[in-house]
Amino acid sequence: MEKLIAQIKQGKVWPFPGGIHPPGQKTISNTQAITRLPLPGKLVVPLKQHIGANGQLIVDKGQQVLKGQALTKPIANWSVPVHAPTSGIINDICQMPSAHPSALPELSVIIEPDGQDQWCELAPVTTPSQLSHEQLIDIIHDRGIAGMGGAGFPTYIKADSRKAIEYFIVNAVECEPYITADDVLMREHAADIIAGIEIMQQLLTPTLTIVGIEDNKPEAIAAMQAAAEHNDKIIIQTVPTIYPSGGEKQLIKLLTNKEVPSGGIPADIGVLVQNVGTLFAVHQAVYEGKPLIERVITVTGNTIHKPGNVWALLGTEIKHLLDCQGFSPVPQQRVVMGGPMMGFTLPTVRIGVVKTTNCILAPDHDELAEPGPEKACIRCSACADACPASLLPQQLQWFAKSKEYDKLKEHNLFDCIECGACAYVCPSEIPLVQYYRVAKVEIKEQQAEQVKAERAKERFELRKQRLEREQEARQNRHKRKPAAEKSADEKQKIADALARVKNKPAKGDEKSAVAAAIARAKAKKQNQDTELEPDNSDVALERAARKEQARKYKEQKAASNTAADPDDKKSAVAAAIARAKAKKAAASESDNESTSAPADDKKAAVAAAIARAKAKKAAQAVSVENDNSESEVATASPADNKKAAVAAAIARAKAKKAAPAVSVENDDAESEITTASPADDKKAAVAAAIARAKAKKAAKAEQAASVENDNSESEVTTASPADNKKAAVAAAIARAKAKKLQQEGSDQ
Amino acid sequence: MTLFYALIALGSLALIFGLILGFAAVRFRVQSNPIVEQIDTILPQTQCGQCGYPGCRPYAEAIANGDEINKCPPGGDATVKKLADLMGVDAKPLAGGEQAEPIKTVAYIREDECIGCTKCIQACPVDAIVGATRQMHTVLIDECTGCDLCVEPCPVDCIDMLPVETTKQTWKWQLDAIPVTQID
Repeated sequence: MEKLIAQIKQGKVWPFPGGIHPPGQKTISNTQAITRLPLPGKLVVPLKQHIGANGQLIVDKGQQVLKGQALTKPIANWSVPVHAPTSGIINDICQMPSAHPSALPELSVIIEPDGQDQWCELAPVTTPSQLSHEQLIDIIHDRGIAGMGGAGFPTYIKADSRKAIEYFIVNAVECEPYITADDVLMREHAADIIAGIEIMQQLLTPTLTIVGIEDNKPEAIAAMQAAAEHNDKIIIQTVPTIYPSGGEKQLIKLLTNKEVPSGGIPADIGVLVQNVGTLFAVHQAVYEGKPLIERVITVTGNTIHKPGNVWALLGTEIKHLLDCQGFSPVPQQRVVMGGPMMGFTLPTVRIGVVKTTNCILAPDHDELAEPGPEKACIRCSACADACPASLLPQQLQWFAKSKEYDKLKEHNLFDCIECGACAYVCPSEIPLVQYYRVAKVEIKEQQAEQVKAERAKERFELRKQRLEREQEARQNRHKRKPAAEKSADEKQKIADALARVKNKPAKGDEKSAVAAAIARAKAKKQNQDTELEPDNSDVALERAARKEQARKYKEQKAASNTAADPDDKKSAVAAAIARAKAKKAAASESDNESTSAPADDKKAAVAAAIARAKAKKAAQAVSVENDNSESEVATASPADNKKAAVAAAIARAKAKKAAPAVSVENDDAESEITTASPADDKKAAVAAAIARAKAKKAAKAEQAASVENDNSESEVTTASPADNKKAAVAAAIARAKAKKLQQEGSDQ
Repeated sequence: MTLFYALIALGSLALIFGLILGFAAVRFRVQSNPIVEQIDTILPQTQCGQCGYPGCRPYAEAIANGDEINKCPPGGDATVKKLADLMGVDAKPLAGGEQAEPIKTVAYIREDECIGCTKCIQACPVDAIVGATRQMHTVLIDECTGCDLCVEPCPVDCIDMLPVETTKQTWKWQLDAIPVTQID
């Protein structure tokens, strides 16, 4: 290590492989001092000007801001605030085209300067050596400093490196043609830059600080050497002019003979690199308290009248820069942000300057020709010779074209620094870098998708597990429990439920009939404790109670709707609904019984039939006199399943008949009501329809029950299937009749 | 007699090598990834069921049992190609004439039209929709796989499948575009 330091101090550099020598074109812009632009008409400050997350907006539309006032505050990791470049009013906060080849919109604060250029209160520090590490990091963070060399990496993260730094390298190479921003900055502000370097030395405590400057900037080298004379830990190293010696990895190799491992960062080998512009910003932030709100930008190219370097406020539109320097565009003028090698053509000149903008190049067609059409690769291998990362550009190109991403990764595509040397030397004008860039994006996308797919899979599996769990829980609820476990508390539950039902304000007879039927069923169930039975009795009770409530609510609603006393018709409708409901409840009860306890089938069915009949009776009693149906039901009650089913069908039909009959009768008797409220007729028809549907359902259930009970029959063994059919036919006839009657009723 | 020695020598050699190989087979056994797992990692895990199977894993199992490899529209041609490589069969175009490069979409609920029926929540295979009964529902864009399964059950048709927005991270140069130049 001592040997290495000695070699470095002797001025030894270790050339990296490859590299090219494009014409510098630097003298166009580096002969004049940095000028200051007049205030632009508006400033567009994007919230994100660095690598990492946005800060959180802390200003509002219409708010007055002072120069240097923070517009955002950092929230997540790697977020860096932005500041107002001048005093003025925030006109708008909206999506604006960003400084990116795609110009995809980016949330930006638009400030209209008030011309005062009034600073907010600054907190300069005269002796940073007295500040603690954390305080200095906070200052660098709060002043919004991000790498100004091109990538925009948040400086506070680099300055807070957890790994020990041996060599702190200051990148003042500026190898890209045309750009002279760092050159002139060093000439004019060498002392400030050295002060910035000393702050970083305080933070990082490196063994050695090396400032790398290309030998085509003798004035800058002289200025820096003079400024750094007092600090023997700073070495100003002159490096040969070759593109891309300004690349981070290339510069490390050049100055220290160390190589950054593939996929690693310089800190892994104890090296940290900062751009010279960033260090000037650090000086401004600490000694002057000024946040990063302006930077030096080279405005150059043959179409610019006064090419040179300017201090531009961040957010200044490119158009303003061009206009101030005198701009006479040629047809199909291109304006490039960055240099000719790594820069990109701007889709529009109404884009604001950001922290990473170092050059605006407005060339005419002679100095920067449009790339011609891509021709076939002639395998000259000039690209491989030029590649500073020792990759195989030709190979990569084939793989990128055929989208063989695995192969690209094998050939270390991600070590490509996108310097463009390969494309520059390519005689076939193949846009090699462009291919690599697209491939890189696609690989990254694929990796992101892979991660997303993994997560989706995990979530899908978890959901499946959850559904299974839920289903199991549901099944457990219905699972048969051993009879022994039942008994005491189970019985208590049933008794409670019964009490609940009974305690409910008895409103109609039908309800008590339902309750009675249920009670009977329950009693039967309790008698046979040895049987394994599904424990859904209380659920059924609750359901019945709920239904009751719903029905009551409906009634109330109907009553309030018509705002009249429940007349005969309405009561008939209600009765029909109640009947149907009772039937259904009873049917489900009997169904339940017949399936779970076959021994009890008959009794249950009979009980159900009785309950049904009773319910019907009650309903009819409420509605009007319909005695014959009652007698029918009475005859039906003598217990046998088939008969019960048939009787039920008949009773149903009768009941059905009764309901419209009632309405017909009422029509005759109270013609005023009918004429006054034709809507009631319709209601009755609807109710009848509902009752019909319900009856159909009940009939089906009963048929099923009766089929099951066939074998246990003794009395009607002669023609049981025929009976079944008969019942169905009877039901059908009854339905048809009911329909007819109802039609007549509505006709009247 | 020499023949006998030769037989013994060869036989014992065979026995020794057999024992070594047998031991190595047990001791240094490499647990290879079951084919179903490998297929499953290639599939896009949208769980959309467009292949006719209830999820990606069932389809992976079906492929392992000899089903066609071109039934995954969200995966597109890339997935078919990878599956063909893995299974050692020829890649073929997607069944049903689906697009070779599917457009990635995510579900978007027009929230003022949502009635809070929770039907989409039940349909979502990756639980990417949050909401409650009679409350507005919304999609977690980062979790949505764009499977379309929530669109059908929605009773008020308030779910749109929107293409995923391009960000600076996903934006690509259009290299195959023909440059348009204006002739004055």
